[in-house]
Amino acid sequence: MSTPLIIVLIAIMVMVLIVQIARLTELSGILRGEEETEARDNRVQARWLLVFMIAFLVFCLWSAYYYKDYMLGFGPLEASSIHGKELDNLFSITLFFTGIVFIATQIALFWFSFRYRGEKGRKSMFLPHNNTLEIWWSVIPALVMCGLVAKGLVAWNNVMADVNEDEEAIEIEATGVQFNWILRYPGPDGALGTRDYHKITAANPLGQDYTDDKNLDDFLPDEIVLPVNHKVRVRITARDVLHDFYLPHFRVKMDAIPGIPTFFVFTPKETTQEFRDRLRASGKYDFLYDETDPSLGPYWKNVNFELACAELCGKGHFSMRRTVRIVSEAEYDAWLQSQKSYYLNSIRNSDDDPYKGQLLNVDVANRKAEFMDAFAKADTATSAAARIVRLNYVHFETGSATLTALSRYELANLIDVLDDHPDLRIELAGHTDNTGDAAANQELSQQRAESVRDYLVQHGINANRLTAVGYGQNRPVDTNDTEEGRQNNRRTEFQILN
Amino acid sequence: MAEVIKYEPEVLIEEQGFDDHFHEHHHGDKYQSNFITTYIFSQDHKIIARQFLITGIFWAIIGAAMSVIFRLQLGFPEESMAWLKPILGQWITIGDDGVGHLSQDFYYALVTMHGTIIVFFVLTAGLSGTFSNLLIPLQIGARDMASPFLNMLSYWFFFLASVVMFLSLFVSTGPFAGGWTAYPPLSALPQASSGSGTGMTLWLVSLVFFVVSVLLGGINYITTVLNLRTKGMSLWRMPLTIWAFLVTAIIGLLSFPVLVSGFLLLMFDRILGTSFYLSDIYIAGQALDYSGGSPILYQHLFWFLGHPEVYIIILPAMGIVSEVMSVHARKPIFGYRAMVLSILAIAFLSFIVWAHHMFMAGVNPFISNFFVLFTLIIAVPSAVKVFNWIATLYGGNLRLNTPMLFSIGFVSMFISGGLTGIFLGNSAIDIQMHDTYFVVAHFHIVMGVAAFFGMFAGIYHWFPKMFGRFMNETMGKVHFWFTMIGAYAIFWPMHYIGMAGVPRRYYSFDQFDAFRHFAVMNKFITISAIIVFFVQLLFVFNFFYSIWKGKKVKTKNPWGANTLEWTTPIHPPHGNWPGKIPTVHRWAYDYAKDGNEFIPQYVPLAEGEEAGDH
Repeated sequence: MSTPLIIVLIAIMVMVLIVQIARLTELSGILRGEEETEARDNRVQARWLLVFMIAFLVFCLWSAYYYKDYMLGFGPLEASSIHGKELDNLFSITLFFTGIVFIATQIALFWFSFRYRGEKGRKSMFLPHNNTLEIWWSVIPALVMCGLVAKGLVAWNNVMADVNEDEEAIEIEATGVQFNWILRYPGPDGALGTRDYHKITAANPLGQDYTDDKNLDDFLPDEIVLPVNHKVRVRITARDVLHDFYLPHFRVKMDAIPGIPTFFVFTPKETTQEFRDRLRASGKYDFLYDETDPSLGPYWKNVNFELACAELCGKGHFSMRRTVRIVSEAEYDAWLQSQKSYYLNSIRNSDDDPYKGQLLNVDVANRKAEFMDAFAKADTATSAAARIVRLNYVHFETGSATLTALSRYELANLIDVLDDHPDLRIELAGHTDNTGDAAANQELSQQRAESVRDYLVQHGINANRLTAVGYGQNRPVDTNDTEEGRQNNRRTEFQILN
Repeated sequence: MAEVIKYEPEVLIEEQGFDDHFHEHHHGDKYQSNFITTYIFSQDHKIIARQFLITGIFWAIIGAAMSVIFRLQLGFPEESMAWLKPILGQWITIGDDGVGHLSQDFYYALVTMHGTIIVFFVLTAGLSGTFSNLLIPLQIGARDMASPFLNMLSYWFFFLASVVMFLSLFVSTGPFAGGWTAYPPLSALPQASSGSGTGMTLWLVSLVFFVVSVLLGGINYITTVLNLRTKGMSLWRMPLTIWAFLVTAIIGLLSFPVLVSGFLLLMFDRILGTSFYLSDIYIAGQALDYSGGSPILYQHLFWFLGHPEVYIIILPAMGIVSEVMSVHARKPIFGYRAMVLSILAIAFLSFIVWAHHMFMAGVNPFISNFFVLFTLIIAVPSAVKVFNWIATLYGGNLRLNTPMLFSIGFVSMFISGGLTGIFLGNSAIDIQMHDTYFVVAHFHIVMGVAAFFGMFAGIYHWFPKMFGRFMNETMGKVHFWFTMIGAYAIFWPMHYIGMAGVPRRYYSFDQFDAFRHFAVMNKFITISAIIVFFVQLLFVFNFFYSIWKGKKVKTKNPWGANTLEWTTPIHPPHGNWPGKIPTVHRWAYDYAKDGNEFIPQYVPLAEGEEAGDH
C-alpha cells in the first residue's frame, strides 16, 4: 500500500475521531450547563494561549539563532560586494526596530488574552478611546518609518546610480533566454558591439551586428569571471520573455527585459577563494558538496558564486545557472588573454558572416602593416635575393590570369609604395608549382605577371617602372611533393631593381 | 452616571421603529415564489451571501489542494508522484524506474492557479462577497440591497467566472502557468509557455467576468450604505464592519477597471498583433514583429489594481475582527474613530504605493523614492489598528470561543506579516529580497493566514445568523489551534529560506550551490502544509454538518451583541424584519457601559446618559 494512501487513511481516521470527540463534548457541555462550560473553556484556552506565546517566541528566537549562519548578511555570509554591506546593515536596523515591536505586541496580545479571560465575577471596563495614546502610537512609528525611509533612500540612490563618464568600469552583458544566460564580454576594445534581434540565428545568438567593429573582438564565455575590487557594470537584456539577473552573494538583482536594456553596477570585494576560506573557518559548511560523489569533499571547498534567474520565465526558470568566479587581477588578465573572439572563431566565413568572402577592416589594416614591414626589410636589404617581396594576398581565379576581387587590397598596398617611392623600379614575377605541362605553366606565369602589371598601370603607375616576367615552375621555394609545398610555390612576387 | 437600562426588545422596536410599510408592498410578490427564485436565482442578499460563501469554500479546497501538490514537489522531490496519475493524467510522467514526476509546466500551472484562485475567488469574492452581502443590509437596518437584481447578477457573474476558470484547468495545452501576476511577454506568447495559449485566453475571460461581478457588487454596497441606513444610523454610528465593506467597495470600483484595461491591452497583443507590451522578441527560432512596447506598462496597470487588491482583501477581515473582538471581549472596540480614520488612510495610501512591486523591474530608480516613502507610511495606520485591537482586549472579560480565538490569531498574524512588509517596502532591502521566499512568507502570512483568520472569525460568529445553528465549538477550537500553529510552521521558515537568497517560483532547488541545502526545512514546511490542509477539511465538515445538525440557536441574540442583525428573527425572512425596522440611537459599542453588560443600538439614551462615542 502506497505511502500517500496510508497518510490519507490515517488523516481520515484521526478526523473521524475528532468529530466524535467534538460531538461528545458538545453534549456534555449541554449537560454541564452553558455558563460552567464557558468558564471552563475560557480557562483552558487562556492557558493554551499563554503556552503558545512562550513556545512561539522561544521558537522564533531559537530558530533565528540556529539558522543565522545560512542567511545572507549574517554569520560567514557577509556581502561579497562593496555596496552589499550597506544593504545588509539596513536589513539589520529594520530587524532591530521591527523585532522590538514584534516581541512587545505579541506578548501584549497573548498576555491580555490570558489575563482578561472571561470568568465569573469579572467585569469588563468601558474604555472607548484614549486620544493621547493614539497620538503617541501614531507619531513614534511614523518617526521610525521616516528614519528607515531616509536611510534606505540614501542607500538606494547610491546603489542604483549608473557609472559616471569619468569612472572606470568593466562592462559586461548578460542576456536571459529560455532557459540560459548568454554572457558577453567586450574584448580588448572595451566596448560591446551593437545588436539587432532581427539578425539572430543559431550561430549568432545575440544578433550581433558584425558591421559594427566593436563586435569583432567580443567573446561569449561560459561563466562570469571578474577581477576583485574592480567596478563592474552589467548590461542586462532578454531575448524572449522577462528574466532577472540575480547574484545572491553580491546583492545584485535587476529584471532583464526584451527591448529595454537595464543595468546594475557593483564591485566584488573578495575572491571566490577568500569566500571559501571564510565558509571553512565558520565550521558550518563541512557537509558534503555532493552526496553522490563524496570524493569531491566538503561544500566550502567546491562552492561557487552563481548567477540565477529571479523572474518567472517559463518551465525552466529554476535552471538558469552560470558560475561566477572572482579572481585576482593577474588571473583575470590571463583569463582575458585566453579568450577568443566569438566572431573570429564561430562566425568568420560561415553563412552568418556578413563579410563572408570579404576582408575585414582589421584584416586590411593588418595586411597593410605586414606588407609595409616586408617592403621595408626588402628595401634595406643588399643582396638581390633579399630584395624580393612576395605578394601574399594576390590571387588569381583557378587556371587563369584573372585577379580575384580581394587581391585589390594587396595591390593597393603596392600602389601606395610605388607612389611613395617615385624612383622605384620593380620586376613582377609569376611562379607556378610543377603540376601539369611545363610550357603551359610558363605561359600562365607570364600572363599572371602581366595581369598584375596591367592592373598597376591602370591605377596610375608609369609602365616603364614595371617589368613582368613569368618563371613557370623553374624557381620553386618549397618542395613540390606536398600540397602545402606546391601551394607555397604558386606565387606572385616583385623584386626591387634599383 | 446613568444606571442599568431596562427595556423589552420587541416592544421597543415596535414603538420606536421605522415603518416603511414594507410588508404591505411585498406580500405574495414574485420575489421568492418558487424553489428556483428562492434558492438559485435569488435576489435576497442573505441567500446571495451564502452562495458566495459556498462557492468560496469550493474554490478554497481546490486552491489549497493545489498547494499541497506543489509542496510535495518542493519538499519531497525524489518521491514518486505516480499515485497522482489517475487524477492528473498527462501532467505526471512516469520514468523507466517507475518514479512519477510532476511536469514542470504543470507545476507552474498549479502555482499560478493557486494564487489566482485564492486571491480572487476565495479572498475577494468569498470574503467581501459573503460578508458585505450578509451584513450590510442587516447592520444598517435595510430591507435588502439597493438593487437586489444587480446583486443577484453579481453572484452569477462570479459563478460564470468560476465555470470558465474551472474549465481552463482541463485544457490539453494546460492551464495558464505564468504566475497569478501574468506578466507579458510570457503571458502573451504561446511559444513561451504552452499554458499561454488557450489556458491564458480562458483565464483572461474568467477574470473579466469576475471583475464585472466585483463591480456590480461594489456599486450595490456603496449605494446601499450611503442611502438605505435606517433612521438614526449616521455614518459615525455604523459598526466597523460596514465602514470596512464600504471603503473596500470604493477601492474596488476605482482599481479593478484598471486591471481590465491592462488585460484588454494584453488581449490586443495576443489576438490583434499590437505591441503594447512587446518589443524585440526572438523566440522559437523567429524574430517576432512586435516593436516599441514595454512589459513595464503592463506591470503598472496590473499593480495599480494589485496593490489595492490586497487591501480589498484585508480590510473586510479587519472590520470583521474589530466587530467580533468587541462583542466577545464585552468591551467597545478601542479607538473607534481612530479605527475609521485608519481605514480611510489605508484606503487612500493604497493607491499610491503600487510600484513597490516593481522596484527591480527596470523602472527609473528615481520614481521608486516616492513609492518607498508612501509604502512605509502606510505602516502607520496599520500599526494604529494593531495597537487598538490589543487595547480592546485590555480590561475585557474575554469569551475565548472560536470566533474570538481566530480574531486574536488574526492580530498575531497581521503583526508578523505586516512587519516584514517594512523590510520589503524599503527598496534598498528589496534589491536582495525581491522575488525570494521572504516575499512569499510575507504575503502568505498577511493574506493566506490573517485574512483567512478574519474570514473564519466571521463564519463562526455569524453562522448562527446564516443558518440558525451553532458550529461545533470543539471542532472549531481544534481547527483554530492546528491552523494557528501549522500556519506559523509553514510560513515562518520561509523567511529564513528567503534570507538565504532562495528565489520563489522554483520547481526545484538542486541546480544551485546556494539554494540546495535546505531540504530539511522544505520537508518540514510540506508536512505542516499537509496537516493544515486536512484540518481545513475538518472545518468544511463542521460547516456543512452544523447546517443540519448543529446546536440550534434558541435566542435572537446569542452573543449579546449590540448590532442590528441580532434583532431579526433567528431565520430572518425576506425583508429582514417582520415589522418595523429598528431605529438607532447610539453607536455599536456600548459594552460594559454604566453597569450594563451591553446596550444594543436601538435602545434610546437614558436620561442623563452621555453617548459613548463622543
